[in-house]
Amino acid sequence: MDSPFGLLAELTYRCPLACAYCSNPLNMADYQDELATDEWRRVLVEARDLGVLQCHLSGGEPLLRRDLVEIVADAHDLGLYTNLVTSALGLSRPRAEQLRAAGLDHVQISIQADEPAVSDRIAGTPSFERKIEAMGVVKELGWPLTMNVVLHRHNIDRVADLLALAEEIGADRLELANTQYYGWAWRNRDALLPSRTQLEAAEVVVRAARDRLRDRMDVIYVIPDYYSRYPKPCMGGWASRQLTVTPNGDVLPCPAAQSLPLPRASVREDALERIWAESPVMTAFRGTHWMPDPCRSCDRRELDFGGCRCQAFLLTGDAARTDPVCHLSPDHDLVARAVEAANADSRADDLPLIPRPHRVRRPASVE
Amino acid sequence: MDPTTTGTASRPGVEVAASDRPRLARHVRLTFCQTRQRHILQQPETVVVLKGSSADILELCDGRHTVAEIVAELGARYQTVPDDEVRQFLTRLVARRYVELADG
Repeated sequence: MDSPFGLLAELTYRCPLACAYCSNPLNMADYQDELATDEWRRVLVEARDLGVLQCHLSGGEPLLRRDLVEIVADAHDLGLYTNLVTSALGLSRPRAEQLRAAGLDHVQISIQADEPAVSDRIAGTPSFERKIEAMGVVKELGWPLTMNVVLHRHNIDRVADLLALAEEIGADRLELANTQYYGWAWRNRDALLPSRTQLEAAEVVVRAARDRLRDRMDVIYVIPDYYSRYPKPCMGGWASRQLTVTPNGDVLPCPAAQSLPLPRASVREDALERIWAESPVMTAFRGTHWMPDPCRSCDRRELDFGGCRCQAFLLTGDAARTDPVCHLSPDHDLVARAVEAANADSRADDLPLIPRPHRVRRPASVE
Repeated sequence: MDPTTTGTASRPGVEVAASDRPRLARHVRLTFCQTRQRHILQQPETVVVLKGSSADILELCDGRHTVAEIVAELGARYQTVPDDEVRQFLTRLVARRYVELADG
């Protein structure tokens, strides 16, 4: 068993945006009892002792935590590389200056499109201008900036404009990542999945831009795995390199794994080291012993680890099956049908996107 | 739910010269991990566990030492450090944007 390199600290699932592609859990009410500042401090110490080097502070919107500066300072003092993953709503200049002073290393800001009307429509709230402003503040304060855009059928045709925007802002990295179909996004999958023609066009633009921008910006481009021949090496292997702690202290190998029928493990009940080493949620799919065929006898089993357990579960109802994305999977038809539908000539292009309802504030005592 | 990345384009053609003064890129940190007893190079989304003399090389990438000076320093520490091995190592790191070059 290896030590994990990264901790995804999901500080809250509250979020001012209402993106239809949100991959956070559907049952948000289960996560309202959020870890307190001193509980996060203990988690960070235990994570560092376990070998974690990088701490991604995410959510929901982490800036909704009033103690974010303290949490960043704690992580920084422990020697962790700290990365804030944010919508930038709430990243005022004074707040940014406090985070800078607390030792925050890197900021990743999401944007939904290259122009205000489309971006605000996808985000479900007026946010574009504030995001652009916040990106300016991040650059001014001397942070490295990653601009992150979740791509889907409704914005992938704008990749050239997105690249131009990132260039204009001076982003150091641009992540153009196609939607992954978990949580809320799973509900919207058919409306979000781009066509092959769209993907091919985007890829040409990205390739040319990488060449042109290679001295200034890293461009990361993530295709939808539905279009891959083999599955993604999800998380570098189950409970191998990363772990996630959810807002209420549940520990998971990845943020989507809360949907799987595995017993809970919580930092409120056990030490992180023991959870990592022994809890069923970590050991269930660690290594290769759990694999059925065709993975068990496949040469790629140590390369892609059978793909994504959560995707296998969502598509087949059995988390131990080969990821149906793989063309060798007996369930591949499930993916092929979705891809076929996304490319059908008869396809109506206005399948409705269901926005995620806002949940900015903690609800009052009655749900 | 880790993504399928098609990777970051590497940058062929950036050759490290003896007179260059390499330094770590702004977003990169060199640290020592107690758990692993190894030096580590960190970027926002990646971690590199360093082996052999690579941490010694990177500690000297401070924007002041030239590549020639780094090679000489390493030669003094470990009898055999071929010049082209250091240069190739730094060229790879420049291509991946871990290291930047200030001209000599």
